[in-house]
Amino acid sequence: MPQLRIVVLVKQVPDTANVTGEAMKEDGTINRAALPAVFNPEDLNALEEALKLRDRHDARVTVVTMGPPAAVQVLRESLYRGADEVILLTDKAFAGADTLATSYALSLAVRKIGGADLVLCGRQAIDGDTAQVGPQTAEKLGYPQITCVSRIDELVAPGGAAGPGAITATRSIEDGFETLTSTLPCLLTVTGEANDPRPASVKLVMTYKAIAAEAMPGYDDTYLDPESDEAEICMVGRDGRPVCRARIVQWDHVALEADREALGLRGSPTRVKEIESVVLAQSEARMVQPDEAGIGELVHELIEEHILG
Amino acid sequence: MGEPVNTNDVWVVVEQHDGVAAEVSLELLGRARELADRLDVRVGAVLAGADDAVRALAPTLVAHGADTVYAAAHDDLAAYLALPYSTVVSSLIREHRPQIVLYGATTAGRDLAPRVASALRTGLTADCTDLRIGDHAMKGEEYRDLLYQIRPAFGGNIVATIISPLHRPQMATVREGVMVMPEADGSRSGTIVEVPVRRSSSPVHDTDGITLTDADLVVGLVRRVQEEKRVDLKGARIVVAGGVGVGSREGFALVEELAHTVGGVVGASRAAVDAGWIAHDHQIGQTGTTVRPKLYIACGISGSVQHRAGMDQSARILAINDDPLAPIFSVAHYGVVGDLHKVIPLLIAAYKTKGTGGEPVPAAAASDGGAS
Repeated sequence: MPQLRIVVLVKQVPDTANVTGEAMKEDGTINRAALPAVFNPEDLNALEEALKLRDRHDARVTVVTMGPPAAVQVLRESLYRGADEVILLTDKAFAGADTLATSYALSLAVRKIGGADLVLCGRQAIDGDTAQVGPQTAEKLGYPQITCVSRIDELVAPGGAAGPGAITATRSIEDGFETLTSTLPCLLTVTGEANDPRPASVKLVMTYKAIAAEAMPGYDDTYLDPESDEAEICMVGRDGRPVCRARIVQWDHVALEADREALGLRGSPTRVKEIESVVLAQSEARMVQPDEAGIGELVHELIEEHILG
Repeated sequence: MGEPVNTNDVWVVVEQHDGVAAEVSLELLGRARELADRLDVRVGAVLAGADDAVRALAPTLVAHGADTVYAAAHDDLAAYLALPYSTVVSSLIREHRPQIVLYGATTAGRDLAPRVASALRTGLTADCTDLRIGDHAMKGEEYRDLLYQIRPAFGGNIVATIISPLHRPQMATVREGVMVMPEADGSRSGTIVEVPVRRSSSPVHDTDGITLTDADLVVGLVRRVQEEKRVDLKGARIVVAGGVGVGSREGFALVEELAHTVGGVVGASRAAVDAGWIAHDHQIGQTGTTVRPKLYIACGISGSVQHRAGMDQSARILAINDDPLAPIFSVAHYGVVGDLHKVIPLLIAAYKTKGTGGEPVPAAAASDGGAS
């Protein structure tokens, strides 16, 4: 049976969910630079689903992210949780990408590693909340999609009598759920309902903490030595061939053989015309005393105005 | 497909279940009508489904503002599935070239629209809360009558206006409940265009209609379970919502008692739902339901931007919080700074005596009109 190939697409995002006082400017707007960068929460759920599948199947889990060099941190965190290999797409040519240009670059990376049986990503990222990159990447790869997955019910690995393999998954819909089954390859977007992601493994942190990002335009999956149980600190041979179990591969637009016109801002149909910060208005609420008289008067007034009763 | 015709129209891709349109689709027809009138073009509605569902629904779409309904009926379109639906919608867009295409920001709409946008290599803005027509200057060029796609972003901390100046169609998914539902007008007339749909095992060059191939049908629906909507937040006249300040699952009983007393529906902040005090279908805000009741009572809700996005259009807002600096007070009409465990019983007592120590309000009146 061939190894099941799982690719997880992840993103580093500013932590918009926990805007603290320090990130608030005096005019009531958010200082984005002051927000810590985090692993997009639902992408961690996607990674967890991949690792759970690998617990049951012979599978290789590859994590791909696109972002500035600092985004390498989410790849390290993926290794610490058990990813087999990680790839950073970083290049000035990718900057300013909207979801269409992002999905183009991500789809090229999946193609470059020879495709996948299963592509997993979070339903949406907390900075944009668009939920578009998953379906758009699926379309670019020509894969079917199942979005908003809260549970993977069954996976039939490809090979032998199973042919291309199949996946059955349940997704949340308005007021209920639906279960879909698809042939492989398939792309799934995963929601926070799916699981509680495992924490980083101390052992893996110790193993991987010294590895550095390396530019490696070619792709060669033989560096993953399946015979070795022990992860090794990454080394690169003089001929450029890796001799390690895992390292951080870095690709730019040349490595992806991308059409530059379809990347970054140039490849993005959408433009941000204007951004308004949400400013907290000065409270104009009428303050009511928290006692019987104050509350009684308020309720009486609301009833008189036919708002209550 | 036939030769492309540049209609330049404004389209709504309609979501339907068993011949009943999703509310957001009808809301969008109302806004599409306004946009089309402003642009002096027509409103098109794309309707796909089983034959009987499509026949039943097409006239309703005309009554809500469509000039043309593109009706694609086929058994393989009976239930929504991303692949065949995106084939139908993409083909129709290529053939008729609308300038704007709108989708509801439902689970299905947000599954379908990006797939179509990618196939057509055009722009798409997710989860818009407003749409307008306006101009834009860029690199010395003036672009007239663009669709301004307005949406919250960055966790609701900003509101962004997105445009797609060079690509057509301009596409957006639009949040449920933010556009006003148009009145149905049975006297409106419109054209229903039957779009022939057929099955084939492989792609064929077709001069008329749409062909669904095996590749469009590799995903199958095993089962769909939709429960009766137990919580009707959208239809509620009064919403009584609890947040972290409620403190516990038991504390929520007090919120429920107030809701029951005033004939309201129980809502909750995301934090209260995440804490497991109440089910997700009560959640209000960006990742929950958007409400605009006559009265919104926020109990122990600090009022994050995400929460306010789902309730700040309420006619009246009463906020109860022990923190006088809680952001919820910035959108409230009435504020009570105090312990909700003391304030809510005072509200219940005051309501039962009509606020002035009079006779208790009969129970029947208390539940009048509420959707609890």
